Amino acid sequence: MEIKRKFKVVGAALLAAGVAAGALTGCSSSGTSSSGGSSAAKGSYTFWDPYPQYDATSAWAKVIDTCAASAGVTIKRSGYDTSGLTNKALLAGQQSNSPDILLVDNPVVSTLASAGILTTTDQNKLVVGDVATNILSAGVIDSKTYGVPIGSNTLALYYNPTILKAAGVDIASITDWASLTAALQKVTASGHKGITFSAIGTEEGSFQFLPWFWGAGADLTQLDSTKAESALQLWTDWVKKGYAPNSVINNTQTTSWQEFQTGDFAFSENGTWQKADAAKMGDLVVPLPAATGGSAPAPTGGEFLTIPVQKDTSRYEASSKIVTCLSSTENIVKTDNTLNYISVGKEAQAAQLAADPTLKPWVDAVQVAKARTGDNLGTKYPKISEQLWTAVQKALSGSASPADALKAAQAAVK
Amino acid sequence: MTAQLRVSARRMRRRGNWTAWAFIAPVVIYLLVFYAYPLARNVELSVRDYTVRSFIDGSARFVGFANYRAVFANPTFGPALLNTGLFVGVSILFQFSIGLALAVFFVRHFPLSGTLRALFLVPWLLPLLVSGSVWSWMLNSDSGIVNSFLRAVGIGQINWLTSPQWSLTAVLIANIWIGIPFNLVILYSGLQGIPLEVYEAASIDGANGWQKFVQITFPLLRPVSAITILLGLVYTLKVFDLIWIMTRGGPADSSTTFAIWSYRLGFGSLLPDFSPAAAVGNLLIFVALIFGLIYIRTQSRLDPA
Repeated sequence: MEIKRKFKVVGAALLAAGVAAGALTGCSSSGTSSSGGSSAAKGSYTFWDPYPQYDATSAWAKVIDTCAASAGVTIKRSGYDTSGLTNKALLAGQQSNSPDILLVDNPVVSTLASAGILTTTDQNKLVVGDVATNILSAGVIDSKTYGVPIGSNTLALYYNPTILKAAGVDIASITDWASLTAALQKVTASGHKGITFSAIGTEEGSFQFLPWFWGAGADLTQLDSTKAESALQLWTDWVKKGYAPNSVINNTQTTSWQEFQTGDFAFSENGTWQKADAAKMGDLVVPLPAATGGSAPAPTGGEFLTIPVQKDTSRYEASSKIVTCLSSTENIVKTDNTLNYISVGKEAQAAQLAADPTLKPWVDAVQVAKARTGDNLGTKYPKISEQLWTAVQKALSGSASPADALKAAQAAVK
Repeated sequence: MTAQLRVSARRMRRRGNWTAWAFIAPVVIYLLVFYAYPLARNVELSVRDYTVRSFIDGSARFVGFANYRAVFANPTFGPALLNTGLFVGVSILFQFSIGLALAVFFVRHFPLSGTLRALFLVPWLLPLLVSGSVWSWMLNSDSGIVNSFLRAVGIGQINWLTSPQWSLTAVLIANIWIGIPFNLVILYSGLQGIPLEVYEAASIDGANGWQKFVQITFPLLRPVSAITILLGLVYTLKVFDLIWIMTRGGPADSSTTFAIWSYRLGFGSLLPDFSPAAAVGNLLIFVALIFGLIYIRTQSRLDPA
């Protein structure tokens, strides 16, 4: 009896001690591993990017290491999934252990900036340098700059020359919406399929619709304008007449590209990142036409290098050095080639074009592209975009007319 | 002497209490850290006005039930409620009846019945990402196998995932397919708990198969059925991945359930809207809780012992 009780007490004590120790070690280990810049040893910097596909031996990781070395520090890079990175950055900001340098998708910059996580160039003394204003504007809110783009991509119109030839369509004749629709009609009449795009109910859907929206001359602050309606009517008619498959309503840009890869489609609206794939299949590319001729402004894609707020403000110096190094012409061209990006500065673009003249349509497209969060829309953009893709979904699936769908969208944004 | 004894007895009892506490400490800590805290935090998120800014600096204003009122007034609330109800109700109805039919079928052993039964478990073993993607390929409007079959038999194309009339049906079909094995397994083991003598006695009395099912199998399976249906309810209420992969809740809210809506508010756009998302999530938890209480009530009524 006595012995048994002793066992109980000892056992309980051991157990309690174990739990306590576990909790302590748990705390301390998570403390060191999750601590970002602020509590890391001096000389060691943290870097987060949305490229989990590149490991430590990749060219991308090596450029970062070189730049860190030239700033006299070491760097610890972590790659996260794009969709997870925003929330991860917000959580890190809340616990004030943000990374020293954060590479994020451009429309997210305004969200993080409004959360107060990012430093402005006034605070971190970063010199922005030679960056085209249309691309930089995603990182500019109330005339404060929150980062620099590492490169840009955008959308254009891929086409399958074999199918166009068979249908008797000359690509040079496609200059506006009317001629594009006429070409789609010819192609479908010849027994092929027209065009693929992505009208899915996520940011991707808005991203793909914007060239048509802007190409009609519509403005994101007025979703129910007649110009906006004409853009949505164009897509709706294409789906109704069978020029575009019904599956566009559910297609991501990747699945829409897979449809194009079947070789049965004449056109595909897709991004710079598919250019290597397209070249392999012998497909060519032209800028997306605007309603009444000329190139439509497509939205810019691509990430921004930002420097999150740190308790120890002396860290900004080295961080700025690393960012400047990463965005220097030579390094950025190397990086942009790896990531299928078009550079954002005139000099770097020229260097890229000299090495690969087939990039010409893309450089042209990037030069007329628009930032989604630009025009000082900032954090208003995500709300507008959500209503926009909802309107597109309603109109294409036939649950509302384009006019009604856009009216409801505008009412929801207020 | 007696006083001394009493004191030591009390001390012992106190020590016994401490020992008891030490033993349950791991469970209590675990529950607090992994259940109570997240739940409390979720409630807190839903009664304050969190923006990305106040999420970081912790200055979110207390707004009481304003987020809930906003959720109720949102035009998505009605469709989401209806969709959640339909999704859960129809899923359970088919999953349970098909699962029960299969369980009754497999309870009589025949050659290869084990292999067949194992094959029926496949939907359950597959990651939801895989099943969801496969279903969305099969139900693709233009190039899906289901539509090419329908066209072959002359029915024509159905826009399963891209028309507001069909999208909920499409995700329902996939979800029923995934849920059948779960019902089959639990009901099958429930059936094996019914003594064979009862059936023998019924046979001697001249009962036919249907009578045996209605008079013996069904009543004796009631406790197992209750737990199957309750677990099914909770699982189905929170189904997210499948719908997200197949339709993203669309087109235009037509397949949006509460789980999808909550995710869309919190993580679906570039600007997270934490507070309404937490409010919708809490409504979901609340509904699940009600079903849990109903289950406990029926359970205690079923066996009064």
